[in-house]
Amino acid sequence: MILDRLDPTPLEFARGTGWEPKPQGACRADVCIPLPKNAWRTDGRMELPAVADALGMALVADEAHGLWALGPVSGGRALTTAVVPEITLPDRYGKPFTLSSLKGTKIFLATWASW
Amino acid sequence: MWQVIRDELRPLGLEIVSVAMDTNGMAAAGPHIEAANPTYPVLLDPEHSLGALLGIINVPMGVWIDEDGVLVRPAEVCSAPIPRREKFASLLENAAPRMREMILEALNMDLDTETYAAALRDWARNGKKSRYALPPEQVIQRSAPRPKEVSLAAANFELGQHLHRTGSETEARAFFRQAHRLQPDNWTYKRQAWSMVDPLQGPTEHYDSDWLTDIRKVGAKNYYPKLEM
Repeated sequence: MILDRLDPTPLEFARGTGWEPKPQGACRADVCIPLPKNAWRTDGRMELPAVADALGMALVADEAHGLWALGPVSGGRALTTAVVPEITLPDRYGKPFTLSSLKGTKIFLATWASW
Repeated sequence: MWQVIRDELRPLGLEIVSVAMDTNGMAAAGPHIEAANPTYPVLLDPEHSLGALLGIINVPMGVWIDEDGVLVRPAEVCSAPIPRREKFASLLENAAPRMREMILEALNMDLDTETYAAALRDWARNGKKSRYALPPEQVIQRSAPRPKEVSLAAANFELGQHLHRTGSETEARAFFRQAHRLQPDNWTYKRQAWSMVDPLQGPTEHYDSDWLTDIRKVGAKNYYPKLEM
């Protein structure tokens, strides 16, 4: 997730990371990781350094451009849950395709690259 | 690549979704997609988001997702059962010297395509009863370890991609180099960045290593981890 400020709204954080801030913590599917009190600002926005620290998300600064990148949750395995995350990617015509539109079907997702 | 298997398994309720992990999207992947023109969905992941979401660190890697949206196999090497050896051998004849060396290394890679295809067929037929469909705790446990360095590598790579897209190539390469250092077994980070400078991913002044050097360092047979179905 690329940011130009360190106090995203909960919605921005959820859209960028897939982890939804809830009263019990940051949640994805059946997993919730508690957030400390200092993860929240009084205006309802999130205090990103505290959130990143609690979730093991790396926060890397590009000072020259006034940007930050937030890495994925760490400290365990690549998968925190077996429930597949919401994945929406463009198809070859540029139209967004959401993987969950195939619910009810077994999916074999195979990656490749031109390089 | 997967069209034959897709035609065979689609009537059994399995769909193949192919995802190109190319920073330059259709500009890079388009010609390959148009040439293959598969009937299954082909998606583009220019952000390399599947690295963070699923643990993809090389291609080809795949995951299996059941009818309820639950992963039954984590990210693992999945190569289509095509006659690779014959294909590469035919390319050798007219290949330039560096390409020739690359093909020879690729021929030494260990890819058990038949075992993987057989397992996929078994899952398509038997679903949850397939011995290859793993329970959730095993799926999580078999997914790659994610120490803080991997998260740091992902953040550096994302900044690199952002800067590459906005025209700050020199600064982008500094972040790509950091990602390579932090997660040396992530071939998508390395090959993507190398290919932006040289399509053959050869040595340049911008990076500490290149495809042939790194392949020889790990050994072609170890480039893809042994399949454990």
